[in-house]
Amino acid sequence: MTDAAPTLVVENLRTHFFTKAGVVKAVDDVSFTVGKGRILGLVGESGSGKSVTGFSIMGLVDAPGRVVGGRILFRGENLAEASEEQVRRLRGSRIAMIFQDPMMTLNPVLRIDTQMIEAVQAHDSVDRETARRRARDALGKVGIPSPDERLQAYPHQFSGGMRQRVAIATALLHKPDLIICDEPTTALDVTIQGQILYEMQKLCRDSGTSLVWITHDLSVIAGLADEVCVMYAGRIVEAGTVDEVLDRPLHPYTLGLIGSVPSRNVRGRPLAQIPGMTPSLLGLPAGCAFRTRCGRADDACLITPEISAPLPDRPIRCFHPVLAGPA
Amino acid sequence: MLVYFIRRMMQAVLVLFIMSILVFVGVFSIGNPVDILINPQADQEEIARAIRVLGLDKPLWEQYWLFLVNAARGDLGRSFVFNIPAIELILQRMPATMELAICATFMGVLMGIPLGMWAGLKPDSVSGKSIMAGSILGFSLPTFWVGLMLIMIFAVYLGWLPSTGRGQTRNFLGIELSILTWDGIKHMMMPAFNLALFKLSLVIRLARAGTREAILQDYVKFARAKGLRSGRIIGVHVFKNIMIPIVTVLGLELGSTIAFAVVTETVFAWPGMGKLIIDSINLLDRPVIVAYLMIIVFMFIVINLVVDLMYSVLDPRVRIAEARG
Ligand SMILES: Nc1ncnc2c1ncn2[C@@H]1O[C@H](COP(=O)(O)OP(=O)(O)OP(=O)(O)O)[C@@H](O)[C@H]1O
Ligand code: SF4
Ligand SMILES: [Mg+2]
Repeated sequence: MTDAAPTLVVENLRTHFFTKAGVVKAVDDVSFTVGKGRILGLVGESGSGKSVTGFSIMGLVDAPGRVVGGRILFRGENLAEASEEQVRRLRGSRIAMIFQDPMMTLNPVLRIDTQMIEAVQAHDSVDRETARRRARDALGKVGIPSPDERLQAYPHQFSGGMRQRVAIATALLHKPDLIICDEPTTALDVTIQGQILYEMQKLCRDSGTSLVWITHDLSVIAGLADEVCVMYAGRIVEAGTVDEVLDRPLHPYTLGLIGSVPSRNVRGRPLAQIPGMTPSLLGLPAGCAFRTRCGRADDACLITPEISAPLPDRPIRCFHPVLAGPA
Repeated sequence: MLVYFIRRMMQAVLVLFIMSILVFVGVFSIGNPVDILINPQADQEEIARAIRVLGLDKPLWEQYWLFLVNAARGDLGRSFVFNIPAIELILQRMPATMELAICATFMGVLMGIPLGMWAGLKPDSVSGKSIMAGSILGFSLPTFWVGLMLIMIFAVYLGWLPSTGRGQTRNFLGIELSILTWDGIKHMMMPAFNLALFKLSLVIRLARAGTREAILQDYVKFARAKGLRSGRIIGVHVFKNIMIPIVTVLGLELGSTIAFAVVTETVFAWPGMGKLIIDSINLLDRPVIVAYLMIIVFMFIVINLVVDLMYSVLDPRVRIAEARG
């Protein structure tokens, strides 16, 4: 992890939405590092700020949202302060993103070739024929049969899995250094999910591409990622290597997440759900955001916990880490 | 596709038939043309003879039956006033109206889409809000009043544009067109804008709503994630998507544009079908009124069909569904 300069370093990132009802701190002091060729899993429940983190890196936060603080160092360049044109040049060429819902990411009224050729030509001044050939090769690489023919098709002529492959192929067109995958397999059935996970992992290993893999599903992370960041209410509450975090979660929230994964439970026993719901990020009260749902909460938790490391290389935000280990 | 086409044709014939009854009965009830057409000094015998010549002595159902039989042969009757076939009379006037309606539609599209997209991209800016305020005015001001104001300002006060007639026309493939001469264009400007105003407002609203919706879609975000320049995203990704409803609505509107050209043609003395129909109503020239209304209905049917076909060209999803159906 430390042998080469990291691809992405996010430091104290804050992205807030200035809505009429008040400020939503969707991302609040988030830091992580993705090494070259590494896969970082970003886990958390719905609404915890995972997508907004991804969009912040891409410079695609929609109004009324704005990156209000922190640094996003991509190969040493701070994207948080770069001009729109500088970021545009990186988008799609050096940093790509794949979205959650493959049914929505492709423009329904444009043919696949139009949508892929324009992606090639946005960054390389090549003629249509060359761009087309590159698009075709990319489609072939992600396992789309008869790519020449499929290029002529419209998105609605593809299944969900195939559309996601088209999106992945588009993301791969410029051999990016970093791909942000925002739950790209959630909408797909399990077999296809497995295939895509396998292929992405292979790709990453072969080409040295780094991935940020966003998901709410810990079991996906378990087989895929090298490191994991657990996110809750806009903050990272626990981080570490996948093996360490999953084998020995220190944060009560991580423990709860692991408890709700089916495969890790004894058959027949009901799944352990985390009680309660993700709090509204609008006007979040001071103190640990997990307080209302945490079995270990006490008066100390009325203050927002800072990052501490009860064990080496195991940063968490909690006053009462689960040091005894899971039962 | 063929089945679909045949089904549409049968619907069309049915609609035409029902409309013909309504029109016939409606026109019959608005007054007796004899009172207007025949010299009041004429004696009884002369009046009776005139009534017989015009076929007005027969009962309504028989008049209608004769009309149907003739209509099936493509004869919609002779004008009482001009004594030439009503169809011929209308077709003579049609190019002027068509030219006006098409120019107005183009004006509406060419001005409305950029204005509407701008308002959709910058909904909170002063320019965006002014565009919307303008479109509300365009919707609510009566056409004839706007027409009179245009004449007041540009013809009477500034003296820039002529206020009546088609101006000089030039023959193109057997059709006289104003747009081919500079004088004709000058005559065209005010009436075309007057007729375009409603459509312009409509296109602005459609383009704005479509743009606002499209820019929130994932495919626009994905297009940005690909690193496309915003010009391409707006000009291709957003534009193509908002065109679907605009073409549909405008196509359907083309019929009413032609039908409602009546007001504009009257205000600007534009010698089209609209002016003809107003004159015919004043003279109770029944065959012309009936023929005009039938032609308008027929036009609506054809336009609807063409719009559906256009729609399937623009929206690939429709194309597939039809090919299967
Ligand atoms: N356009 C917006 N306006 C206001 N608030 C927003 C906006 N977009 C996101 N948010 C806020 O940011 C928070 C985080 O959203 P985000 O989409 O990052 O969640 P997520 O972790 O990706 O959840 P999911 O698993 O459902 O995708 C949400 O709770 C939401 O309140
Ligand atoms: S800080 Fe307190 S409330 Fe928050 S997770 Fe830890 S024990 Fe629970
Ligand atoms: Mg999300």
